[in-house]
Amino acid sequence: MQPPAYQPIYKTSVARSPRRALLSLDQSLGEITGPVFGHNDIGMLDNDLIRNYAKSGDPIGERIIVHGRVLDECGRPVPRTLVEFWQANASGRYRHKKDTYLAPIDPNFGGCGRTLTDENGYYYFRTVKPGPYPWRNYVNSWRPAHIHFSIFGTGFIQRLITQMYFEGDPLIKTCPIVNVVPDKEAIDRLIAPLDINAAVPDDCLTYRFDIVLRGRRSTLFENRLEGN
Amino acid sequence: MPQQIAYLKETASQTAGPYVHIGLIPHMAGFDIFQNNFGGVLAGADTPGEPIAIEGRVIDGTGSLVRDALLEIWQADANGHYAHPADKRDAAAGFRGWGRTGTDFDSGVYRFDTVKPGRTPWRNGKISAPHINVWVVARGINIGLQTRIYFSDEEAANADDPVLKAIEHKSRVPTLIATKQDKPGKATYTFDIVLQGDNETVFFDI
Repeated sequence: MQPPAYQPIYKTSVARSPRRALLSLDQSLGEITGPVFGHNDIGMLDNDLIRNYAKSGDPIGERIIVHGRVLDECGRPVPRTLVEFWQANASGRYRHKKDTYLAPIDPNFGGCGRTLTDENGYYYFRTVKPGPYPWRNYVNSWRPAHIHFSIFGTGFIQRLITQMYFEGDPLIKTCPIVNVVPDKEAIDRLIAPLDINAAVPDDCLTYRFDIVLRGRRSTLFENRLEGN
Repeated sequence: MPQQIAYLKETASQTAGPYVHIGLIPHMAGFDIFQNNFGGVLAGADTPGEPIAIEGRVIDGTGSLVRDALLEIWQADANGHYAHPADKRDAAAGFRGWGRTGTDFDSGVYRFDTVKPGRTPWRNGKISAPHINVWVVARGINIGLQTRIYFSDEEAANADDPVLKAIEHKSRVPTLIATKQDKPGKATYTFDIVLQGDNETVFFDI
């Protein structure tokens, strides 16, 4: 279930949520299509946040791999789609000129990356585990550790931005942004389990995060498009 | 008990947050990291079609500027062809039809440089007026908002557009129409997006 626009527990949504109902749109070519990306768009290190901003050494923090698959609601893999991600460093500080949290910037950590899914919808990237950070919602609000994800899919209707959380983080249940999602099972699907079998011994732990995009709605009766 | 159909559930959306720039337009966050960057320029001098710019602001329910929004647009080329395998007609070479940018931290203004799209096929043999699909995310927006830009100098096509015609409250139609600025040079359209309140932009559930 998707979060409603207006969720006053997340204060910024109060003035940034439409008051009128969304207008349901019959999908046409402009909605079922979307941008196509290729390997020329991204660089060799774009999915390695441990190395893609390294200046004098590796970033400080818990070395992890995040991996998973991008599927649609029918369980079909979404191949060759762009997955982008960004995050704070190990101490919860973002490399962003508007972030003024007192925790320090890591000189070797940029905090963003991107990759294309393979033929099976699989993606992975390497990074350090982000730290929690405070934000001005309630007087003592802290975001759980999280990584932001942006996923395209095959059409503009599938465009999605979300956040991945880490298994066992006690801040998840108190976070107003997490709890804009009204469905506990949907929240659980945003929490990546530790995937110890995919860890690299003596190197990295691994978390698993699968992403499901909207299925393409059938237009079978309308114009008999193939591939329903 | 009827049989259950085992669909997966769409991953829940979460806000892009205040630092969306880091991941998607890092130069706005204040650093350079990728060799190739995505931006708000969709068309170059070689792109066929009429060069246009679209400028606007995003405004919240208090009338304040939203200075941390990220916008993406998706459009057909000047012939109305999409650069996507589902459109069997070839799009103009080198024209991806997609771009992204943010609202400026100071002025709150966003800008895209592109070409004016052609008319595109709709459903059941009908034709759409020239339009651009828009997707807006920001801190405080729990799920990306989808809207469309139409053009003020396409009155006849707009009057016949199946989506605009489907809007029951006709007073809301102008919220989707970008206004051509009366100034020489490159045709420039103003398209402000009002998230809430008077003249709230029409957003679509697509």
